[in-house]
Amino acid sequence: MKTTNILICGIGGQGVLLFSDILGEVAMENGLSVKKSEVKGMAQRGGSVVSHLRFGENVYSPLIPLKEAHFLVSMEKLEALRYLDYLREDGILITDDFYLPPLPILVGETEFDFNIIDKNLKEKVKNLYYLPCQKMASELGDIRVSNIILLGFLSNFLDFKIEDYFKVMERNIKKEYLEINKKAFQKGREIFSQ
Amino acid sequence: MNKALLSGNEAVARGAYEAGCQVACAYPGTPSTEILEEISKYKEIYCEWSVNEKVALEVALGASLAGARSLCAMKHVGLNVASDPLFSSAYIGVKGGFIIVSCDDPGMHSSQNEQDNRFYGLFAKIPVLSPSDSQEAKDLVIRGFEISEEFDIPVILRMTTRVSHCKSVVTLGERKEKEIKGYKKEVSKTNLLPQFAKKRHILLEEKIEKLKEYSNNFPYNRFEKGRDDLLVIADGVAYQYAKEIFSDASFLKLTMVYPFPDKLVKEICKNYKEIIVVEEVDPFIELMVKSLGFKVKGKDYLPKTDELNPDKLKVFIKKEAAVEIKSDNLPKRPPALCPGCPHIGTFYLLQKKDYVISGDIGCYTLGALAPHYAMDSCVCMGASITLACGIEKVNKKINDQRPIIAIIGDSTFFHMGIPGVLNMVYNKSDIILFILDNQTTGMTGHQDHPGTGKTLMKEKTKRILPEDIVRACGIEDVYVLNPYKIKENKKIIDKLLKEKKQAVVVMREPCIFLKKREKPKEVDIELCTGCKLCLRLGCPAISYYDNKAKIDKNFCIGCGMCIEVCPKGAIK
Repeated sequence: MKTTNILICGIGGQGVLLFSDILGEVAMENGLSVKKSEVKGMAQRGGSVVSHLRFGENVYSPLIPLKEAHFLVSMEKLEALRYLDYLREDGILITDDFYLPPLPILVGETEFDFNIIDKNLKEKVKNLYYLPCQKMASELGDIRVSNIILLGFLSNFLDFKIEDYFKVMERNIKKEYLEINKKAFQKGREIFSQ
Repeated sequence: MNKALLSGNEAVARGAYEAGCQVACAYPGTPSTEILEEISKYKEIYCEWSVNEKVALEVALGASLAGARSLCAMKHVGLNVASDPLFSSAYIGVKGGFIIVSCDDPGMHSSQNEQDNRFYGLFAKIPVLSPSDSQEAKDLVIRGFEISEEFDIPVILRMTTRVSHCKSVVTLGERKEKEIKGYKKEVSKTNLLPQFAKKRHILLEEKIEKLKEYSNNFPYNRFEKGRDDLLVIADGVAYQYAKEIFSDASFLKLTMVYPFPDKLVKEICKNYKEIIVVEEVDPFIELMVKSLGFKVKGKDYLPKTDELNPDKLKVFIKKEAAVEIKSDNLPKRPPALCPGCPHIGTFYLLQKKDYVISGDIGCYTLGALAPHYAMDSCVCMGASITLACGIEKVNKKINDQRPIIAIIGDSTFFHMGIPGVLNMVYNKSDIILFILDNQTTGMTGHQDHPGTGKTLMKEKTKRILPEDIVRACGIEDVYVLNPYKIKENKKIIDKLLKEKKQAVVVMREPCIFLKKREKPKEVDIELCTGCKLCLRLGCPAISYYDNKAKIDKNFCIGCGMCIEVCPKGAIK
């Protein structure tokens, strides 16, 4: 099996690391070699967060080379554009249709026309999926599960079984939040067929 | 077989557990923090957050001398703080195996420099092991304890951010208990009086010679046969990047990088015309290989700054500048203080003024950025107070009237701030010191310290208050304020700034991660005049749309600082 490269990005606090933890463990449960890399500490305080996840028969580098990601999954659109150079030309971009202005823009220190995000993504990416995850997560009752909706959606493109995801989620998510996360996963998985 | 997906730090903890480690100490610091957090989950190991890295190394050395396997962990710059006992420990040696974990931060993701601590091995004469993934990190902790005991010497396990924080699959083993030998008097070994130390130094040089032989035969210093015309020498995560790019080359993977395996390297290098050395930051291996008389390609191709990645290695093939991602024209998303962060209340009163503001290391270092602009310097742990001491002496000489302010966090204060307070009292420095007491070690993810009343092992202990310490140091003018009460605080702080006398202000309010959120505040659009004063807080929950302030109810924690600064009473 060739190595699968998935780059997951977003903003500190959105659950990028939980997403890649779950998927990484699912790959391990399927007997694959897994490498996963991210940076913690200062970068997490509301900053841009990125996780590199690679699995296959024999994986060396924990970082994905540029233009080698088969999937780019983003929890915010500006971050999707920021890491677009990692995506292969035939790669798939799945992003939450949500834009959060960085603090320098919020406080009026910098100006930015956010319309260029959509314009760029649509021009540059052949396989582009926008999902209203934040909105869907709110409807489910907890905005924090939007990351798991994205995971559910991505699962349609991967060869792992739903039961594998649920088994790993049971290990990684507190009991009281497990049910809503499973629902979020199902929801994300089903949008694809709709 | 039992497998788990572990980060390098988790794997170090697992290795300590399996090797029968009894005592583990650290002061939190990215990227090393999780090692002790993970170790604390194993009840068999006594563990503690020591007050600083020097203390951590000494406590662990003491435990080793009492005959138990012990470990201390720290970030790279922490080893500078601990360097005094580090050098002595090489002379003294060990009883129980003793490992010093140094987590370097190439790329400075969360640090003030990117020093290469492999050189500490060479400098202090201590063997250095450099793992390249989680499995090796675990194995080398176990191996490291054995080396330490066999050669009566401490061992440095040198991790980097991409080893510490990268996860890969690890095979788990069982814990093997080691008998604790107990403390025995051995003065000529443990007391470095010159007459004893001279003998210990001779002994240390002999140990290093023996360890060089060990390194030549160390199975983790491994030759992997590939193409006959290209040899790649690499250590740490750089080895993994190199395997990705030079998939068919011959490899010499180095793991014990000090003492350097001279014979092994000579034996292999002589068969290759082209030799490439791939390593992060400084040319450590490259210098060693060159000193053996071989020509190598290394840092004349690769950068000495920032971390490596697979793409940067392509320069050896393409001979062109390393590829970088091209998103530079997009607005950056720098880290920021959290919504409702109590530090915001302090910075609001100091921002954009021509004060001298000497800063320190923690979340609050972000006070240097927009829109606060309220921190001039960040040098190292504790330097806020002492740097200000020096500036104050010069400014007095030239009659510079600006107030001199020092800002330090609670954990940093306990770590290395107290000698600075003693110095400012003893040497009569008129500094206004702010201690931002959010009752945790914030930036590294909320660890306890002497001011929290709890230990790493979740036991209750005496809670020590910064205001009691500064009073005991001789400070007379001490205030304890709630940073959320911006209006009240302004009166007191303005008075202190006018008087410019020695004073300490403790700003006490827990980090937002330690308390319950209150009801989010709302802007009354009828009353809001769009004056933007609330935006000057730099609270990420407040933004500006259609000439009015707007509060994001998902982010707001209801702290009420914006109510304090709104002149129109438009926020409720």
